[in-house]
Amino acid sequence: MGIFDFLKPRAPNSASVAKERLRIIVAQERAQRDAPDYLPMLRRELLEVLKKYVNVDPDAIQVKVSQEGGHELLELSVALPDKPGA
Amino acid sequence: MTEIIVVTSGKGGVGKTTSSASIAMGLARRGKRVAVIDFDVGLRNLDLIMGCERRVVYDFVNVIQGEATLKQALIKDKRFDNLHVLAASQTRDKDALTKEGVERVLNELKEMAFDIILCDSPAGIEKGAFLAMYFADRAIVVVNPEVSSVRDSDRILGLLASKTRHAESGEKRVAQHLLLTRYNPERVERGDMMSIADVQEILGLEVLGVIPESESVLAGSNAGNPVILDTASNAGQAYDDAVARLLGESVPMRFTEAQKKGFLTRLFGG
Repeated sequence: MGIFDFLKPRAPNSASVAKERLRIIVAQERAQRDAPDYLPMLRRELLEVLKKYVNVDPDAIQVKVSQEGGHELLELSVALPDKPGA
Repeated sequence: MTEIIVVTSGKGGVGKTTSSASIAMGLARRGKRVAVIDFDVGLRNLDLIMGCERRVVYDFVNVIQGEATLKQALIKDKRFDNLHVLAASQTRDKDALTKEGVERVLNELKEMAFDIILCDSPAGIEKGAFLAMYFADRAIVVVNPEVSSVRDSDRILGLLASKTRHAESGEKRVAQHLLLTRYNPERVERGDMMSIADVQEILGLEVLGVIPESESVLAGSNAGNPVILDTASNAGQAYDDAVARLLGESVPMRFTEAQKKGFLTRLFGG
């Protein structure tokens, strides 16, 4: 241990890194758990329909259900490819 | 009134069986009539930890399949008359446990006037784990202060809230308790291990007990004497505190702070 070590920025300790990572993944997994179970199916079928018209990437579709002021909101977002589908 | 309590965790190796054995022993020592069931079909181990492995004649699956009566299969503990063990089967047939079979055995145990039926769950979220938690009134989720264990515990808490008899009927919820094991206050103080508060915050639950990492736990398992019987050990006392809280007593936490080093130890190391 050098005498000037106190001048170096301290790395966050591993326990706080663990806590932060867990906080994020647990929140994400809880959101998925509470979501209606038809979401994955809905997402797959939407993808099939879209593919008839646009060449979208399978990861480009986001389907999520959220709460907004007492209403449940089904949010659907599709990122279209840069160029028109080939 | 019989209460069914499941000891579960999701992740393996965190101390489910060790905790089931000690809690069962502790409840019996406090005068409760206790039956403890090993749900880990194929990988029987509770009998070994409780020190009754040589006395297993019939097991849980034998009773479910009608090859033995419950009375024949229950092993009375040599230390406490009011404690009985139902061993898991060594069969490799995964479908040996059925929901109807498990329910029948639990009902029969209720008729025998047990105060508490403790279900020692296997690891994972397969059929055995599902059946161990399905009929529970309360759940003890065993967790280590370690990322994969905490994540899996959250998963199990989700299942307890949705895939149990109480959750399905919607009448009441399964009471959930956290039991933090392998806790090392010195490492927490150094910032190498998540603290009790960290785990409670992530999982949104208070701990029922905190069991310090201790050599006595292995020594107890080696001898078939659950660590709670070692009343001189910190781990044994911590388990007894947890049992007291399970029965509704209010007991302060112990062994959760790092040992303060004396001036001389600090000076000369140690």
